Amino acid sequence: MTRRLTLVALELWLPVVAVLAWWLWSATAAEAFFPPLREILERFREMWLFDKFVSDVVPSLRNMAIGFGLASILGIAIGMVLARVRLLREAFEPLMHFVRATPGVALVPIFILILGFGSSMKISIIATAAIFPTIIATMDGVRSADPVLLDISRAYQLSRRQRVTKVLLPSAGPQIFAGLQVSLQVAFVVMIASEMLGSTQGIGALTLLAQQSFAVTDMWSGIVLLGLLGYLVNLLFLLVRSRVLHWYDGARKAAKE
Amino acid sequence: MSERQVRLSIDGLHKGYGVGAARKEVISDLTFDVHAGEFVCIVGPSGAGKTTLLKCLTGLHPASAGAVRLDSKVVDGPPRQMALVLQEYTRSLMPWLTVEKNVRLPLANLKLSKAEREQRITDALREVGLSDVRTSYPWQLSGGMQQRVAIARALAYRPEVLVMDEPFASVDAQTRADLEDLMLKVRQDFGITIVLVTHDIDEAVYLSDRVVVLTKGPCTVDEIIPVELPFPRDQIETKSDPRFVDLRARVFSRIKASA
Repeated sequence: MTRRLTLVALELWLPVVAVLAWWLWSATAAEAFFPPLREILERFREMWLFDKFVSDVVPSLRNMAIGFGLASILGIAIGMVLARVRLLREAFEPLMHFVRATPGVALVPIFILILGFGSSMKISIIATAAIFPTIIATMDGVRSADPVLLDISRAYQLSRRQRVTKVLLPSAGPQIFAGLQVSLQVAFVVMIASEMLGSTQGIGALTLLAQQSFAVTDMWSGIVLLGLLGYLVNLLFLLVRSRVLHWYDGARKAAKE
Repeated sequence: MSERQVRLSIDGLHKGYGVGAARKEVISDLTFDVHAGEFVCIVGPSGAGKTTLLKCLTGLHPASAGAVRLDSKVVDGPPRQMALVLQEYTRSLMPWLTVEKNVRLPLANLKLSKAEREQRITDALREVGLSDVRTSYPWQLSGGMQQRVAIARALAYRPEVLVMDEPFASVDAQTRADLEDLMLKVRQDFGITIVLVTHDIDEAVYLSDRVVVLTKGPCTVDEIIPVELPFPRDQIETKSDPRFVDLRARVFSRIKASA
């Protein structure tokens, strides 16, 4: 119990000290671009809880959820196919590494040209940018499946479906989740960028608008919200990951002992 | 069950890898039969190609020439009537599945009612003494218990032939003795044919009806030695029987001569 408390204290002391320092310094600094934290939090409450919540926060999160969801499902499916079909892999791998190296944000202008400023543009660009880390991680994970397990699968005449769902996907699980986590970060960044570049709606748009109209406190409250959301989304992701991969974490722990 | 019925026949088997000058022969003209219900151990000097032989036996690798036949049918892929237990128990079980799900996985494609399937799982786990860890994960179990899970998976599949590759090479001596006795019991209870590859001469003589001694690679059959020791066998009694000691010496000298 005391050990747990010590751990919690160890994790929390720096954030607490940082917020406290910001609060105290900004209260007396009188800097135009660094308004008092008290005022930022005040605006945060007024704007996001819950004046702009339904009109701006919900659409942002919905676009990201759909975009990331599409990227995950399609990314895993494409990665699996590429891992299994050598001809396709050799045909597409170079192109994929090229496209992957292009930052997702750089694609926003062309997507605006083609799809306009609506949700479909934002969802498409999020999905397109976020899909590559998942494809590549899935492909690597599936291809590095243990040959012993593949022999066992053949010896026991597992069906193709069983091999994919019961052997290859779970064995690639740890790598797939590592890819998904990168995809999630990309999705979050591209969500904000797509709103800043091509929208009047959404957290990114409001934050940029505030900056352009010198509403510095509003801008800061947007930044705080984005920081919190990024943290929470990642936390949720890790929760799902540890649920799905509990066997992996358990086996690793058992191997260490 | 007729003791003399041939279950598995290996007929002039050749296996090699590569082409031209780089070609390496691993198995060269290997022939022997395994009868229904028989327990046969295959031993040979290290590097003889035992694992390659096993892959050909189970249809995982195609023969270069000659044939493996199971019930007179040529084996050209893993046959339904065969099950496999490998040395690397940590790698041959699915760590994401519980013990019972590991055993259930190969049964999903068999035409079984749900009740039959569950009965098989229960029976197999009881046979290997794991009834009370059904919902554990393999990595929560000791090495010996994990290998028991692999054996249970094979038994629930109800094969005619069980092929085992160095199944007890990675466990401690006491566990090894327990697992050897388990295999003798399994043969008794299920009446299956067992082919076990091992490098351990004591183990081979203790378990077998016949020991197949291989030559150094490219391997062929050096000698087939019948083991006429009475059943049930016992770790202490059988191993101190003068006939056991003789057989052990005979197998050992054959391997030494060919190594």
